[in-house]
Amino acid sequence: MSAIDLTMVWAAIIAFAIAAYVVMDGFDLGIGILFPAFRVGGERDMAMNSIAPVWDGNETWLVLGGGGLLAAFPLAYAIILPALYAPLTAMLLGLVFRGVAFEFRWRDPAHRAFWDGAFCAGSALATFAQGITLGALLQGIAVRGRAYAGGWWDWLTPFSLLTGASLVVGYALLGACWLIWKTHGPIQQDARRFARPLMIALIVAIAAVSACTPFLENQYYRRWFDWPGLLVTAPVPLLVAATGLLLWRSIDGERDGRPFLLTLALFGLSMIGLAISIYPDVIPGRVTIWQAAAPERSQIFMLAGAAVLVPVILGYTAWAYWVFRGKVDETGYH
Amino acid sequence: MLEAFDPLLLARIQFAFTVSFHFIFPSFSIGLASYLMVLEALFLKTGRAVYDDLYRYWLKIFAVAFAMGVVSGIVMSYQFGTNWSVFSDRAGPVIGPLMAYEVLTAFFLEAGFLGVMLFGLNKVGRGLHFAATCAVAVGTFISAFWILSVNSWMQTPTGYEIAANGQFVPGPSWAAIIFNPSFPYRLVHTVIAAYLTTALVVGAVGAWHLLRDRANPAARTMFSMAMWMAALVGPAQILAGDAHGLNTLEHQPAKVMAMEGHYRSHPHGAPLILFGIPNSEEKRIDHAIEIPKLSSLILKHDPDAPLAGLDTIADDREPPVGIVFWSFRIMVGLGFGIVGLGLLSLAARLRGRLYEWRLLHRLALLFGPAGFVAVIAGWVTTEVGRQPWTVYGLLRTADSASPLAAPAVAGSLIAFAIVYLAVFGIGIWYIMKLMARPPRPGESAEAIEYGPIRSAGITPAAQGKKL
Repeated sequence: MSAIDLTMVWAAIIAFAIAAYVVMDGFDLGIGILFPAFRVGGERDMAMNSIAPVWDGNETWLVLGGGGLLAAFPLAYAIILPALYAPLTAMLLGLVFRGVAFEFRWRDPAHRAFWDGAFCAGSALATFAQGITLGALLQGIAVRGRAYAGGWWDWLTPFSLLTGASLVVGYALLGACWLIWKTHGPIQQDARRFARPLMIALIVAIAAVSACTPFLENQYYRRWFDWPGLLVTAPVPLLVAATGLLLWRSIDGERDGRPFLLTLALFGLSMIGLAISIYPDVIPGRVTIWQAAAPERSQIFMLAGAAVLVPVILGYTAWAYWVFRGKVDETGYH
Repeated sequence: MLEAFDPLLLARIQFAFTVSFHFIFPSFSIGLASYLMVLEALFLKTGRAVYDDLYRYWLKIFAVAFAMGVVSGIVMSYQFGTNWSVFSDRAGPVIGPLMAYEVLTAFFLEAGFLGVMLFGLNKVGRGLHFAATCAVAVGTFISAFWILSVNSWMQTPTGYEIAANGQFVPGPSWAAIIFNPSFPYRLVHTVIAAYLTTALVVGAVGAWHLLRDRANPAARTMFSMAMWMAALVGPAQILAGDAHGLNTLEHQPAKVMAMEGHYRSHPHGAPLILFGIPNSEEKRIDHAIEIPKLSSLILKHDPDAPLAGLDTIADDREPPVGIVFWSFRIMVGLGFGIVGLGLLSLAARLRGRLYEWRLLHRLALLFGPAGFVAVIAGWVTTEVGRQPWTVYGLLRTADSASPLAAPAVAGSLIAFAIVYLAVFGIGIWYIMKLMARPPRPGESAEAIEYGPIRSAGITPAAQGKKL
């Protein structure tokens, strides 16, 4: 097995799980963030129905991200989670509220407004906390020996608040674009209307986070501006601008699926930028993926399963989406 | 103010609280998923509408319970890291892969097919829908398999090596890790417990509606099915529990000593202490009511066999006796109560009064929550009985925690407590409201108007297919 670096393989799998999570849960959290902007009644029901059959599967990628990190990089899991104690607790509690709201709002029409509020607040809190987590990881975590060595508020900086707010904007845009794709009529009009300012805000946020990142203490600029990193970093801003332009024009376009796919492309470019910044560390500036990796026997055992199961999972997930394909219609049985 | 608390104790309370709350939902949904699978299979086989009515009736309840199980479960996958980071670092290479397999083989399966199960009745054929129900049911079982393997490894660790950096790392055989000595017993005992828990809830709901209208066909069917489970599986659970206890005696004798309340060794046959008050100061059971030699008979199958007590165990390796002693008695007491209920139902059945005997219905109603209480009591017995270790005999609980500060742990504990009690309290209230509504022959149509997508949402594609 020495021909293949299993640690690299596992880093790629965890990165894939996180990316899959952002792609899939991003839009349904985004619909939660936008929820109060939709009219009570048919519009909200339709927005909810467009994600109700798939949100649970989407969120499972988050469990794979957490569980996979424990399994493949136990040292990283043991350092990062205590360092992000408060935001992760907030994220989990936010997910509790929004997860139960899917069922509870139908069970109790008298308090539906409350559960709609919980759905929005929970989604926004979970997203904000995920963004903070990313920012806190980028700005650096204090490590001593095999443990977190910082305080309980180290994560809270202007930079982490910026990344938190950026992710809220980004998921909201994904949510709006999902609704452009999956609905028609007034709610689709609303979604188009929301998408434009959200898109501008997201481009500004990407620019702001990118401008700050090289000057964090971890000296990411070395990775960005040194050869061969420059080869990848130089085209990224151009690609972001080009994608933004296409997205702007597609929002009122004929093809309803395009804005969503182009927003995903923006997320993809941002993630490439992050990967350049962080690799080959798992805790930037402190712990590399090789230092944190589980022993080879653990890696091989899991890889045997993952190689078979991840494609199977993607297969039946695609089937579940296909069953609920096409536009959602709230007038079905009324 | 919060600095005054011991962060280790707070972290233990937090884990006990979040895992106990979480455990309530899977112990119900494992059984309920299988029950739904049986109902749909019976409907497909017989075509009798009552099975479809029952399927749709319980599906709505399953959806609420499952959502709560999912969100409380996500919390668990992060609790290990936030509060028990040293344990995560040291045991991660062994238990991490097992939990990753749980995600890959179970969580995705359940979540992927749950959408079709809940919302797909009008979108896919009934055979394919049944396949989705089966996938969810099988997923709940696979999930139990992996997580109980992890838990069992912590109780009876085998197949590991200890690396230079202090980590437990896998030895040459993963089978030795997965199928560690206590795992088969724990798996059987816990899965049966989940089936019984569900059966008791179904039985109580059936009984509730029989007490109002003993002619309701769906209520009769579910009550009868539930009582068969209690009568047949209840005694099987006693046998499984006995076997599990003997296994514990072999691998974790100190836990059994605490369960039995045996502070002293008994060289000439140990008594079975039915009740008493554990006195940890004096190391004895006060006001004990005991049956001589019976403990030796049960545990060693010989009334005169010697049985060692906690006096043979160093004080810093003993579990807390009081909690384990009581939780064990609660579990066993309820277990025999459930068997009694099953036997009464058999008697009623033989006399043809299963649907008429109101006392039996009232008793079944009373036993509705018994499964949950027994499951949590059993869980407390085995987990508190594992103390003072996280990895039995190898890693102490006190050495497993994160570098915690009391205010952070206390703050999150308070937040979890408030949110869980409020959200899950309300959720359980909604479930009770659903259960209070009698199952009706019109269940099928009603289900469509009542709930997400069931109330709305059908794609043009699906409409086209129907035409």
